Amino acid sequence: MTRHIPPHIQVNGQREPLAAPTLDALLRGKGVVPGARGVAVALNGAVVPAGRWADTALAEGDDLEIVRPFSGG
Amino acid sequence: MPHLPDSFEIAGRTLTSRLFIGTAGYPNRQVMLDSITASGAEVVTVSIRRISLEGYAESMVDLLGSDYVLLPNTAGCSTAREAVLTARLAREALDTNWIKLEVIGDRETLHPDVEELRRATEELVADGFTVLPYCNDDPVSCRKLADAGAAAVMPLGSPIGSGLGIANPHAIELICARSSVPVILDAGIGTASDATLAMELGCSAVLLNTAVAKARDPRRMAAAMRSAVEAGHAAREAGRIPKRTYAQASSPQLGLIGT
Repeated sequence: MTRHIPPHIQVNGQREPLAAPTLDALLRGKGVVPGARGVAVALNGAVVPAGRWADTALAEGDDLEIVRPFSGG
Repeated sequence: MPHLPDSFEIAGRTLTSRLFIGTAGYPNRQVMLDSITASGAEVVTVSIRRISLEGYAESMVDLLGSDYVLLPNTAGCSTAREAVLTARLAREALDTNWIKLEVIGDRETLHPDVEELRRATEELVADGFTVLPYCNDDPVSCRKLADAGAAAVMPLGSPIGSGLGIANPHAIELICARSSVPVILDAGIGTASDATLAMELGCSAVLLNTAVAKARDPRRMAAAMRSAVEAGHAAREAGRIPKRTYAQASSPQLGLIGT
Protein backbone atom coordinates (compact mmCIF):
# COMPACT_ATOMS: atom_id res chain seq x y z
CA MET A 1 0.00 0.00 0.00
CA THR A 2 1.43 3.41 -0.90
CA ARG A 3 1.26 6.05 1.78
CA HIS A 4 -0.47 9.23 0.61
CA ILE A 5 1.94 12.18 0.59
CA PRO A 6 0.13 15.51 0.35
CA PRO A 7 1.47 17.85 -2.36
CA HIS A 8 4.08 20.39 -1.35
CA ILE A 9 5.53 23.50 -2.92
CA GLN A 10 8.56 25.67 -2.24
CA VAL A 11 7.92 29.31 -1.28
CA ASN A 12 10.93 31.59 -0.91
CA GLY A 13 13.12 28.61 -0.17
CA GLN A 14 10.75 27.04 2.36
CA ARG A 15 8.89 23.81 1.68
CA GLU A 16 5.21 23.97 2.62
CA PRO A 17 1.97 22.04 1.93
CA LEU A 18 0.16 23.13 -1.20
CA ALA A 19 -2.90 24.80 0.33
CA ALA A 20 -4.12 27.12 -2.44
CA PRO A 21 -5.32 26.32 -5.96
CA THR A 22 -3.94 29.45 -7.61
CA LEU A 23 -1.09 31.89 -7.17
CA ASP A 24 -3.54 34.66 -6.35
CA ALA A 25 -5.14 32.59 -3.58
CA LEU A 26 -1.76 31.70 -2.14
CA LEU A 27 -0.65 35.33 -2.05
CA ARG A 28 -3.90 36.47 -0.43
CA GLY A 29 -3.49 33.73 2.14
CA LYS A 30 -0.10 35.17 3.01
CA GLY A 31 -1.42 38.69 3.37
CA VAL A 32 0.02 39.96 0.11
CA VAL A 33 -2.52 42.44 -1.19
CA PRO A 34 -3.46 41.71 -4.80
CA GLY A 35 -1.91 44.31 -7.06
CA ALA A 36 0.34 45.51 -4.22
CA ARG A 37 2.88 47.87 -5.71
CA GLY A 38 6.33 46.48 -5.89
CA VAL A 39 5.56 42.80 -5.38
CA ALA A 40 6.77 40.42 -8.08
CA VAL A 41 6.52 36.65 -8.34
CA ALA A 42 8.47 34.02 -10.24
CA LEU A 43 7.11 30.50 -10.69
CA ASN A 44 9.71 27.86 -11.54
CA GLY A 45 12.15 30.52 -12.69
CA ALA A 46 9.80 32.62 -14.84
CA VAL A 47 8.11 35.87 -13.82
CA VAL A 48 4.32 35.71 -13.55
CA PRO A 49 2.88 39.18 -14.26
CA ALA A 50 0.41 40.37 -11.60
CA GLY A 51 -2.41 40.25 -14.16
CA ARG A 52 -1.98 36.49 -14.43
CA TRP A 53 -1.84 35.58 -10.75
CA ALA A 54 -5.53 34.65 -10.66
CA ASP A 55 -5.36 32.16 -13.52
CA THR A 56 -2.04 30.60 -12.57
CA ALA A 57 -2.72 27.20 -11.04
CA LEU A 58 -0.27 25.73 -8.55
CA ALA A 59 0.91 22.13 -8.58
CA GLU A 60 3.06 19.74 -6.60
CA GLY A 61 6.71 20.70 -6.64
CA ASP A 62 6.23 24.28 -7.81
CA ASP A 63 8.97 26.67 -6.79
CA LEU A 64 7.86 30.22 -6.01
CA GLU A 65 9.87 33.35 -5.40
CA ILE A 66 7.94 36.32 -4.01
CA VAL A 67 10.01 39.50 -3.87
CA ARG A 68 9.78 43.23 -3.36
CA PRO A 69 12.19 46.18 -3.47
CA PHE A 70 14.24 46.66 -0.34
CA SER A 71 17.00 49.03 0.66
CA GLY A 72 20.12 48.55 -1.40
CA GLY A 73 23.24 50.13 -2.82
CA MET B 1 13.95 69.27 -24.73
CA PRO B 2 16.90 71.69 -24.73
CA HIS B 3 20.19 69.99 -24.04
CA LEU B 4 21.48 71.40 -20.77
CA PRO B 5 25.23 71.95 -20.75
CA ASP B 6 25.66 70.04 -17.51
CA SER B 7 23.67 66.96 -18.24
CA PHE B 8 24.41 63.56 -19.65
CA GLU B 9 22.44 60.73 -21.13
CA ILE B 10 22.05 57.07 -20.39
CA ALA B 11 19.99 55.10 -22.90
CA GLY B 12 18.34 58.30 -24.11
CA ARG B 13 17.41 59.53 -20.63
CA THR B 14 18.81 62.94 -19.69
CA LEU B 15 20.18 63.17 -16.17
CA THR B 16 21.30 66.39 -14.53
CA SER B 17 22.57 64.97 -11.23
CA ARG B 18 25.86 63.14 -11.53
CA LEU B 19 25.42 61.44 -8.20
CA PHE B 20 23.58 58.13 -7.85
CA ILE B 21 22.84 57.15 -4.27
CA GLY B 22 21.93 53.95 -2.44
CA THR B 23 19.30 53.38 0.22
CA ALA B 24 20.99 50.84 2.51
CA GLY B 25 22.32 51.17 6.02
CA TYR B 26 21.04 54.56 7.15
CA PRO B 27 20.36 55.06 10.87
CA ASN B 28 16.65 55.44 10.11
CA ARG B 29 14.16 56.19 7.37
CA GLN B 30 14.07 59.95 7.89
CA VAL B 31 17.85 60.29 7.74
CA MET B 32 17.78 58.29 4.51
CA LEU B 33 15.13 60.49 2.93
CA ASP B 34 16.84 63.70 4.06
CA SER B 35 20.21 62.45 2.82
CA ILE B 36 18.85 61.54 -0.59
CA THR B 37 17.30 65.01 -0.85
CA ALA B 38 20.57 66.66 0.23
CA SER B 39 22.53 64.61 -2.30
CA GLY B 40 20.51 66.02 -5.18
CA ALA B 41 20.45 62.53 -6.73
CA GLU B 42 17.84 61.63 -9.33
CA VAL B 43 18.79 57.96 -9.53
CA VAL B 44 18.38 55.94 -6.34
CA THR B 45 19.33 52.28 -5.99
CA VAL B 46 17.30 49.54 -4.30
CA SER B 47 17.70 45.79 -3.96
CA ILE B 48 15.20 43.02 -4.71
CA ARG B 49 14.59 40.62 -1.84
CA ARG B 50 12.22 37.86 -0.83
CA ILE B 51 9.29 39.33 1.10
CA SER B 52 9.03 38.47 4.72
CA LEU B 53 5.90 36.42 5.06
CA GLU B 54 5.57 37.52 8.66
CA GLY B 55 4.80 41.21 8.71
CA TYR B 56 4.58 43.36 5.66
CA ALA B 57 7.32 45.95 5.74
CA GLU B 58 7.03 49.44 4.32
CA SER B 59 7.46 49.60 0.58
CA MET B 60 10.44 51.41 -0.91
CA VAL B 61 8.21 52.20 -3.86
CA ASP B 62 5.74 54.07 -1.69
CA LEU B 63 8.58 55.82 0.10
CA LEU B 64 10.56 56.95 -2.94
CA GLY B 65 8.45 56.05 -5.94
CA SER B 66 7.55 59.01 -8.07
CA ASP B 67 10.27 61.41 -6.93
CA TYR B 68 13.23 59.38 -8.18
CA VAL B 69 14.42 57.07 -10.90
CA LEU B 70 14.57 53.79 -8.99
CA LEU B 71 17.50 51.66 -10.08
CA PRO B 72 17.11 48.07 -8.84
CA ASN B 73 20.25 46.02 -8.38
CA THR B 74 21.02 42.32 -8.53
CA ALA B 75 23.22 42.46 -5.43
CA GLY B 76 23.96 39.08 -3.92
CA CYS B 77 23.73 37.18 -7.20
CA SER B 78 26.69 35.00 -8.10
CA THR B 79 25.58 33.53 -11.43
CA ALA B 80 24.19 35.01 -14.64
CA ARG B 81 21.10 32.86 -14.18
CA GLU B 82 20.28 34.29 -10.73
CA ALA B 83 20.99 37.82 -11.90
CA VAL B 84 18.77 37.52 -14.98
CA LEU B 85 15.82 36.23 -12.92
CA THR B 86 16.38 38.96 -10.32
CA ALA B 87 16.42 41.58 -13.08
CA ARG B 88 13.18 40.23 -14.54
CA LEU B 89 11.54 40.28 -11.11
CA ALA B 90 12.81 43.83 -10.61
CA ARG B 91 11.31 44.89 -13.92
CA GLU B 92 7.96 43.44 -12.89
CA ALA B 93 8.13 44.92 -9.36
CA LEU B 94 9.21 48.42 -10.35
CA ASP B 95 8.05 48.74 -13.92
CA THR B 96 11.50 49.75 -15.10
CA ASN B 97 13.88 48.13 -17.56
CA TRP B 98 16.92 49.72 -15.90
CA ILE B 99 19.06 47.32 -13.92
CA LYS B 100 22.26 47.72 -11.95
CA LEU B 101 23.77 44.36 -12.79
CA GLU B 102 25.91 42.81 -10.09
CA VAL B 103 27.30 39.30 -10.43
CA ILE B 104 29.74 38.62 -7.64
CA GLY B 105 32.58 36.14 -8.05
CA ASP B 106 34.11 36.24 -4.58
CA ARG B 107 32.21 36.47 -1.29
CA GLU B 108 35.02 38.14 0.59
CA THR B 109 36.14 40.86 -1.82
CA LEU B 110 32.78 41.10 -3.63
CA HIS B 111 34.68 41.42 -6.89
CA PRO B 112 32.58 40.98 -10.04
CA ASP B 113 32.68 37.72 -12.00
CA VAL B 114 33.71 38.96 -15.45
CA GLU B 115 32.41 35.99 -17.46
CA GLU B 116 29.05 35.68 -15.72
CA LEU B 117 28.63 39.44 -15.88
CA ARG B 118 29.10 39.50 -19.63
CA ARG B 119 26.77 36.55 -20.11
CA ALA B 120 24.06 38.22 -18.02
CA THR B 121 24.58 41.54 -19.84
CA GLU B 122 24.08 39.90 -23.24
CA GLU B 123 20.97 38.06 -22.10
CA LEU B 124 19.38 41.11 -20.47
CA VAL B 125 20.18 43.43 -23.37
CA ALA B 126 18.51 40.92 -25.71
CA ASP B 127 15.53 41.00 -23.35
CA GLY B 128 15.20 44.79 -23.66
CA PHE B 129 16.93 45.88 -20.46
CA THR B 130 19.04 48.99 -19.98
CA VAL B 131 21.98 47.31 -18.31
CA LEU B 132 24.37 49.16 -16.00
CA PRO B 133 26.95 46.58 -14.94
CA TYR B 134 29.04 46.94 -11.79
CA CYS B 135 32.41 45.80 -13.10
CA ASN B 136 36.14 45.64 -12.63
CA ASP B 137 38.36 48.68 -13.11
CA ASP B 138 39.82 47.17 -16.24
CA PRO B 139 39.51 48.80 -19.68
CA VAL B 140 39.15 45.43 -21.42
CA SER B 141 36.23 44.13 -19.37
CA CYS B 142 34.59 47.57 -19.62
CA ARG B 143 34.92 47.53 -23.40
CA LYS B 144 33.54 44.01 -23.64
CA LEU B 145 30.52 45.00 -21.57
CA ALA B 146 29.89 48.05 -23.74
CA ASP B 147 30.24 45.85 -26.84
CA ALA B 148 27.69 43.48 -25.30
CA GLY B 149 25.25 46.39 -25.16
CA ALA B 150 25.65 47.82 -21.65
CA ALA B 151 24.22 51.36 -21.50
CA ALA B 152 27.00 52.48 -19.14
CA VAL B 153 29.82 50.78 -17.29
CA MET B 154 30.32 51.06 -13.54
CA PRO B 155 33.88 50.16 -12.59
CA LEU B 156 34.68 49.83 -8.90
CA GLY B 157 36.91 52.41 -7.23
CA SER B 158 37.82 49.86 -4.55
CA PRO B 159 35.91 47.07 -2.79
CA ILE B 160 32.26 47.68 -1.92
CA GLY B 161 31.83 49.40 1.42
CA SER B 162 35.59 49.68 2.00
CA GLY B 163 35.83 53.45 1.81
CA LEU B 164 39.32 53.04 0.35
CA GLY B 165 38.65 55.53 -2.44
CA ILE B 166 39.96 55.04 -5.96
CA ALA B 167 42.65 52.37 -5.75
CA ASN B 168 43.77 52.75 -9.35
CA PRO B 169 43.11 56.26 -10.70
CA HIS B 170 45.17 55.54 -13.81
CA ALA B 171 42.89 52.62 -14.75
CA ILE B 172 39.76 54.69 -14.21
CA GLU B 173 41.18 57.51 -16.33
CA LEU B 174 42.02 55.04 -19.13
CA ILE B 175 38.55 53.53 -18.98
CA CYS B 176 36.97 56.99 -19.23
CA ALA B 177 39.23 58.00 -22.10
CA ARG B 178 38.37 54.92 -24.12
CA SER B 179 34.79 54.07 -23.20
CA SER B 180 32.05 54.35 -25.80
CA VAL B 181 29.42 54.59 -23.04
CA PRO B 182 29.20 56.73 -19.87
CA VAL B 183 31.42 55.60 -17.00
CA ILE B 184 29.97 55.68 -13.49
CA LEU B 185 32.43 55.10 -10.66
CA ASP B 186 30.75 52.63 -8.32
CA ALA B 187 31.96 51.43 -4.92
CA GLY B 188 34.82 52.35 -2.66
CA ILE B 189 34.09 56.04 -2.20
CA GLY B 190 35.05 57.05 1.34
CA THR B 191 34.76 60.80 1.38
CA ALA B 192 34.04 63.80 -0.80
CA SER B 193 37.51 64.11 -2.35
CA ASP B 194 37.21 60.55 -3.72
CA ALA B 195 34.06 61.57 -5.59
CA THR B 196 35.75 64.70 -6.89
CA LEU B 197 38.69 62.65 -8.15
CA ALA B 198 36.37 60.26 -9.98
CA MET B 199 34.86 63.18 -11.85
CA GLU B 200 38.25 64.76 -12.54
CA LEU B 201 39.37 61.47 -14.07
CA GLY B 202 36.52 61.76 -16.55
CA CYS B 203 33.64 59.78 -15.05
CA SER B 204 30.14 60.86 -16.02
CA ALA B 205 28.78 60.13 -12.55
CA VAL B 206 29.48 58.51 -9.19
CA LEU B 207 27.39 55.88 -7.39
CA LEU B 208 27.81 55.60 -3.65
CA ASN B 209 25.96 54.46 -0.54
CA THR B 210 28.02 53.58 2.53
CA ALA B 211 30.10 56.77 2.53
CA VAL B 212 26.90 58.71 3.20
CA ALA B 213 24.81 56.17 5.12
CA LYS B 214 27.56 55.40 7.63
CA ALA B 215 28.97 58.93 7.98
CA ARG B 216 28.63 60.50 11.44
CA ASP B 217 26.24 63.01 9.86
CA PRO B 218 24.78 61.40 6.74
CA ARG B 219 22.78 64.47 5.70
CA ARG B 220 25.87 66.64 5.75
CA MET B 221 27.99 64.08 3.93
CA ALA B 222 25.28 63.78 1.27
CA ALA B 223 25.45 67.54 0.68
CA ALA B 224 29.26 67.32 0.60
CA MET B 225 29.08 64.57 -2.02
CA ARG B 226 26.78 66.67 -4.15
CA SER B 227 29.26 69.56 -4.09
CA ALA B 228 32.17 67.18 -4.61
CA VAL B 229 30.74 65.70 -7.78
CA GLU B 230 29.86 69.13 -9.13
CA ALA B 231 33.35 70.47 -8.33
CA GLY B 232 35.07 67.50 -9.92
CA HIS B 233 33.00 67.73 -13.06
CA ALA B 234 33.55 71.48 -13.35
CA ALA B 235 37.30 71.03 -12.87
CA ARG B 236 37.37 68.34 -15.52
CA GLU B 237 35.52 70.58 -17.96
CA ALA B 238 37.74 73.54 -17.11
CA GLY B 239 40.89 71.52 -17.86
CA ARG B 240 43.62 71.02 -15.31
CA ILE B 241 47.08 72.46 -15.86
CA PRO B 242 49.86 70.07 -16.81
CA LYS B 243 51.93 68.73 -13.95
CA ARG B 244 55.59 69.84 -13.90
CA THR B 245 58.62 68.68 -12.02
CA TYR B 246 59.94 72.04 -10.79
CA ALA B 247 58.46 75.27 -9.55
CA GLN B 248 57.41 77.99 -11.94
CA ALA B 249 56.82 81.40 -10.39
CA SER B 250 53.35 82.72 -10.94
CA SER B 251 54.25 86.39 -10.28
CA PRO B 252 55.97 88.37 -13.07
CA GLN B 253 59.77 88.10 -13.06
CA LEU B 254 60.35 91.61 -14.46
CA GLY B 255 60.66 94.71 -12.26
CA LEU B 256 61.88 92.90 -9.20
CA ILE B 257 63.13 95.28 -6.51
CA GLY B 258 66.92 95.37 -6.29
CA THR B 259 67.65 94.34 -9.88
